[in-house]
Amino acid sequence: MQTAVPILHEVSYLEYKGKYKGLFSWILSTDHKRIGLMYMYAMMTFFLIGVMLGLAMKLELIAPGRTIMGPQTYNALFTVHGVIMIFMIVIPGLPAVFGNFMLPIMIGAKDVAFPKLNLLSWYIYMTGSILVICSVLFGNGIPDTGWTFYAPYSFKTGTNLLPAIFGAFVLGFASILTGLNFIVTIHRMRCPGMTWLKMPLFAWSLYGTAWIQLLATPVVGITLVLVALERIFGIGVFDPALGGDPVLYQHLFWIYSHPAVYVMILPAMGAISEIIPTFSQKHIFGYKAIVASTIAIAFVGYFVWGHHMFTSGMSGTAQYTFSILTFIVAIPSAIKVFNWISTMHKGSINPDIPFLWAISFIFVFMIGGFSGLVLGALATNVYVHDTAFVVAHFHFIVFGGVGFAFFGAIHYWYPKMFGRMYDKAWAKIGWAFFFVGFLTLYSPMFYLGMMGMPRRYYDYLPEFHAANILSTLGSWVMAFGLLIIIINLFRSAKNGAIAPMNPWNGKTLEWTVPSPPPTENFEDIPVYGEKDGPYEY
Amino acid sequence: MYILSNTVNASNFVSGVDKAFLLIMGISFVFLIGLTFTMLYFMYKYNNKKNPIATQIKGSNTLEVIWTVIPTILVLIMFYYGWAGWAPMRKAPKDTFNIKVTGRMWNYLFEYENGKKTDTLFVPMDKAVKLKLVSLDVIHGFFIPAFRIKEDVVPGREKMAWFIPQREGLFELFCTVYCGMNHSYMGSTVKVMPQPKFDAWYIDTIKHVSVAVDSPTATGQRIMKNIGCFACHTVDGTKLIGPTFKGIYGSKVVIQTNGQEHEVTADDAYIKRSIYDPNADIVKGFNKGLMQPYTGLLSEGDVQQITAYLKSLK
Repeated sequence: MQTAVPILHEVSYLEYKGKYKGLFSWILSTDHKRIGLMYMYAMMTFFLIGVMLGLAMKLELIAPGRTIMGPQTYNALFTVHGVIMIFMIVIPGLPAVFGNFMLPIMIGAKDVAFPKLNLLSWYIYMTGSILVICSVLFGNGIPDTGWTFYAPYSFKTGTNLLPAIFGAFVLGFASILTGLNFIVTIHRMRCPGMTWLKMPLFAWSLYGTAWIQLLATPVVGITLVLVALERIFGIGVFDPALGGDPVLYQHLFWIYSHPAVYVMILPAMGAISEIIPTFSQKHIFGYKAIVASTIAIAFVGYFVWGHHMFTSGMSGTAQYTFSILTFIVAIPSAIKVFNWISTMHKGSINPDIPFLWAISFIFVFMIGGFSGLVLGALATNVYVHDTAFVVAHFHFIVFGGVGFAFFGAIHYWYPKMFGRMYDKAWAKIGWAFFFVGFLTLYSPMFYLGMMGMPRRYYDYLPEFHAANILSTLGSWVMAFGLLIIIINLFRSAKNGAIAPMNPWNGKTLEWTVPSPPPTENFEDIPVYGEKDGPYEY
Repeated sequence: MYILSNTVNASNFVSGVDKAFLLIMGISFVFLIGLTFTMLYFMYKYNNKKNPIATQIKGSNTLEVIWTVIPTILVLIMFYYGWAGWAPMRKAPKDTFNIKVTGRMWNYLFEYENGKKTDTLFVPMDKAVKLKLVSLDVIHGFFIPAFRIKEDVVPGREKMAWFIPQREGLFELFCTVYCGMNHSYMGSTVKVMPQPKFDAWYIDTIKHVSVAVDSPTATGQRIMKNIGCFACHTVDGTKLIGPTFKGIYGSKVVIQTNGQEHEVTADDAYIKRSIYDPNADIVKGFNKGLMQPYTGLLSEGDVQQITAYLKSLK
């Protein structure tokens, strides 16, 4: 393979001196790597706020009745926790951070197709996020609708909901523009010789994701505008008192918000598809099958939104159609798992920390996926719908899946991003606490849901007490692990050992440039020859 | 799940739902354990210390076909069991015992065909019971875990749920769709009684729940308790979703009518209007639309009883 020979004295993107100095050299930078890091710092801050809200909720639930807060506060907490975690972290998450940072390098480009638009997306993201925070800090009461903003409660509640809705609306534009940017980048800027089927799987997953972001996000935008209009003017689209239909809101909301789950999980699967071959030192098993399953998930994912509404009121035909489509969308995910595990077969496995995150991702993702089958089947869905079982299920997918992949990705690409290596022993200790805490926190919720405890419950019957105590204890263990992980990563950015160019012996293009990469990534654009590819070990 | 507890076959849907549950969980556990152990075994067997050189294998079409076809068959079986357990829930038999369920923030009201109204759901054993579900304000979820039934209660729509209770006893009833501050307190109880016992209870009807007259104000208090006023209004001066009732009668109240602020005295007419048309005048500092008109649920006599009780709250 013909690649740029790294020149060691080349100025890295971190040290690069442009037109501006200090903070402005970051917030006015159109460098995809700096924008990626700015997303990461912003998200980490919001994530810690979201985690603290979650911990407060778990503490409240350690005993029935009032523990540390009243019901209104609790309802505000799960609303703000959900809005922050979903709209500000998990949906933009991997594409905004690792997509921005790695996609251009992985496909051999100097930047994304529209660098200024990329910076604009970051500003839109920050504007939306600040609006959401404003809804908490100002006005008459913290939003208390749940992150789903279900009608008609969302236009009846007296709380300060408009800034939160408007914030989510604005965040949608950041998502759309990033999606557009990535689609054009992938179509137009792959290095010579990198055909579609020689593209790294992470890039493929971003491609599938970008199309969902582009096509589905406008639906939630207009839905949120309708809720705002309903609140301000009483236009009567969703209000049954005026002839509207609250179930229509649910359809519109989930037409976006179910595909949004795939916006979250596809890039996570993409990151895992990079980590596993690298740490097995082996060509990915079934490249084409993984690509096909990515496309299948992105496509079929549009047609399953109804499974969020099996008890809302739909025809029987609609119900079993959505049920069967839901089962069909499970298959491509299963195919990915089989291919990942087969990649390990006869590999030469380096069980280092990114690999540990990857296999724990597979484990929790499987639990999340299997519980999704329970939710896809009609009879069992009716029973566990809107119970703690659903809360457990989506935390296993969204936090277990996306979160574990995020941490896996950050430990995988960290040496490339910062040019330094974190302390591996602490990273493993943090991972162990996080993993055990995660399972202790969310597994009892499956049991609680199967016992019939509904979700979004401030208070509960004594029979649910024991499992709730266990869950709260788990939340502390997990938070402790998280603390170790984050402190380790922060300290190492300055004090870590200098990382080599290719610490894991990876074969994708980002490992052919210096760590940290120079501002323009490549001295000369690399060229893929006949025998080159992202997984040719 | 209640599988091992005393709710086995509490309703006619339990076995269908639990069968689907066990089937899906069973298959899932086999795969979860199998795949996890395979993963750990590979990690051990092909560790780079033991196996320094990886064997490059790029894929296998046979395997891809196998692990596409087998899961497809398995999920279609799961779909079938899910469908089979659910289909009967959609179709109620012709001869049913009918009860109207009215959801509002934050309680359920059960109305029987003979006019009886309760806040606990009383049902006869081994008889098909059909519920007509309506909501007066926001969406609620009607959930009886032991019976495996759940249906959202949507304002502006009339929903149906039915079941045959097959076990005597008390069972929990929850609201599952988030509906505001006291969502977690919007529960109740289902009491299943054998037919003769139920009949005795059913015939013994005075229009409203229990009306024992032990003081002139007790009836008003009972009515208010049964219909759920105290979920939003206190009698001790604390502010909840709605204004407190303490000292309300005869007091001066600042209200907004069509956006215009003015002061009125809380007299009989004001109290009646506040119950039958609560959104016409809004007390300053409170929100519109949270309380629904009680027209048809409370008679003129009931309102008089309530007023008598409010007078006593000094």
